[in-house]
Amino acid sequence: MASATLLKSSFLPKKTDWFGARPTANRQVTVSLTVRASSYADELVKTAKTVASPGRGILAMDESNATCGKRLASIGLENTEANRQAYRTLLVTAPGLGNYVSGAILFEETLYQSTVDGKKMVDVLVEQSIVPGIKVDKGLVPLAGSNDESWCQGLDGLASRCAAYYQQGARFAKWRTVVSIPNGPSALAVKEAAWGLARYAAIAQDNGLVPIVEPEILLDGEHGIDRTFEVAQKVWAEVFFYLAENNVLFEGILLKPSMVTPGAECKERATPEQVASYTLKLLHRRIPPAVPGIMFLSGGQSEVEATLNLNAMNQGPNPWHVSFSYARALQNTCLKTWGGRPENVKAAQDALLTRAKANSLAQLGKYTGEGESAEAKEGMYVKNYSY
Amino acid sequence: MSAFIGKYADELIKTAKYIATPGKGILAADESTGTIGKRLASINVENIESNRQALREMLFTAPGALPFLSGVILFEETLYQKTADGKPFVDLLLENSVIPGIKVDKGTIEIAGTNGETTTQGLDSLGARCQQYYNAGARFAKWRAVLKIGPCEPSELSIVQNAQGLARYALICQENGLVPIVEPEILTDGSHDIAKCAAVTEKVLAAVYKALNDHHVLLEGTLLKPNMVTPGSDSPKVSPEVIAEYTVTALRRTVPPAVPGIVFLSGGQSEEEATLNLNAMNKLEVLKPWTLSFSFGRALQQSTIKKWVGKKENVEAAQATFLVRCKANSEATLGKYAGGNTDAAASESLYVKGYKY
Repeated sequence: MASATLLKSSFLPKKTDWFGARPTANRQVTVSLTVRASSYADELVKTAKTVASPGRGILAMDESNATCGKRLASIGLENTEANRQAYRTLLVTAPGLGNYVSGAILFEETLYQSTVDGKKMVDVLVEQSIVPGIKVDKGLVPLAGSNDESWCQGLDGLASRCAAYYQQGARFAKWRTVVSIPNGPSALAVKEAAWGLARYAAIAQDNGLVPIVEPEILLDGEHGIDRTFEVAQKVWAEVFFYLAENNVLFEGILLKPSMVTPGAECKERATPEQVASYTLKLLHRRIPPAVPGIMFLSGGQSEVEATLNLNAMNQGPNPWHVSFSYARALQNTCLKTWGGRPENVKAAQDALLTRAKANSLAQLGKYTGEGESAEAKEGMYVKNYSY
Repeated sequence: MSAFIGKYADELIKTAKYIATPGKGILAADESTGTIGKRLASINVENIESNRQALREMLFTAPGALPFLSGVILFEETLYQKTADGKPFVDLLLENSVIPGIKVDKGTIEIAGTNGETTTQGLDSLGARCQQYYNAGARFAKWRAVLKIGPCEPSELSIVQNAQGLARYALICQENGLVPIVEPEILTDGSHDIAKCAAVTEKVLAAVYKALNDHHVLLEGTLLKPNMVTPGSDSPKVSPEVIAEYTVTALRRTVPPAVPGIVFLSGGQSEEEATLNLNAMNKLEVLKPWTLSFSFGRALQQSTIKKWVGKKENVEAAQATFLVRCKANSEATLGKYAGGNTDAAASESLYVKGYKY
């Protein structure tokens, strides 16, 4: 029998990596790869599983310089490299952050930066048991021939960029494309968004980075939750089909979807239970179980809203890790608390840890919402938001 | 773009879930008149209606067998047949909590311009036929698409064609109250290795689910009937554990959790092989959000038919054989099959090159 020689490394997750209480079996049999093999396959699978570990999620801190400038301006600070460095230092050195955060997405500048104490940012993160990630797209630009919609640039030279980022210590990547419901979305825009993500994902995997696949369906609009659901089903069907066509290894990716909610300007709001119900239905209809983790974006929800919604989704077992990849919903209060002053660093870090812990509990379905501040409940939706 | 929620939505979801009950599976007894003729010929029995009726009655009345089945796929003629005592088969099955299903496709034909690849016929007036079948008591349907592996096969054209056919069929069924079993069979014919079969299976299933989603099919009200992932018929065999890992990996990569059950076809595997492979899959310590069960034709009936050889005096013994296979496969769906069937017929390969139904 040819069996033994076919067995190398399995893609099936081990018992400890999924939910359920079944007895251990003697698992000596393993399986070699199919067409979707790259030399990094095993590492990709391992990294994806590490980021998708129970009770943890992602801190998205990959704001471009321009966007970071807006954040700094909101607390009266100038957009200088020193200030960006100070802020990011504050974030990555928060003590014990790694208990709640498994990965941090960085902007290119930060990947090559050191903290104010002269230590490499990536080294600080790794010591905190946080996997460094890197934004690799080159932003949104107008999509010709569409209904005023955008597409995401960044495929040119992506392979060598990814390889360089890998050398620098990054182990996952992120590419954010958007779909706008008030603008249609047109079939063209959806196709382009899905295809771009698929191409990026294949290239990232080829160069050792776990791709986070992020087709953000923007909150902007007056549409109700049913319309969002409809669009999301279409978008995710396209995304997965193109990922498969590009021979992407599903065990080595992470998803970063938007939750299914009403549009920001819709008069009918939805409870966390409704958001959870719609979102979970979407996931069950579109996401193959091979994908290890689904890390939701917050997209303008308030810090508390984002936590409550995540918690509602984790009230029962799911076939994939359902967690967070939050930027504003983790950083907002922290940033305001800091205000740019060194004497506020500890308080700011505490604020960050408070949010991180809350979301960690939400990932486990155990968040209770006690003691949340008014600040945390304030919505962060900005119309026509651009990074 | 949301899934089609017609008047039968709740019933479809309930039926699909029931068919996917762990410990139960499907008997595929939907051989067309021509195909069942081949089975009968192999035991020197004439292909007349009374013999076809006798064979099916023997299976449906086998003592103790029906509890292991959640559904039986019938051919049109059988849907309207009765037992010797005059009880409609449909009633007999329903009384025993077995759901009657119906084959609704009209066979395959070659796609001109390809290297012998096929598409499946049967969409014309499918809606009206489904309504009639529903009225006659059927609650699920089956449509078999066929693909093959070759140097340039399956071609993009054949994948798209077959996926589209399955999606149209599935939606029409759901409009008319029948749970569609989606069957994209990739034949084992060939000398390719298991990795090739896995790659093709993953590609085909991805295309199938894309088509189902594009056509608004309600996944919670469907079942999937795929091939297991195995080496080609001309390649060295591998162990059930290897087949299990490749098959479950392929399914985890393509089948959304909304689908309640996956009911494997046996292809040309022997009765015992098919059971052992199914068992290995259910023993695998990995998360499977759908149940893994069987929808076997030859792999449930082969040794039963050989024992019967058309003689009334053999019915009891044949039914006992049938019960053994039903029970074995039921255990396999729970990962509890101990194996070791000593019947030679059970180990006989049922592979036929270029098999046509």
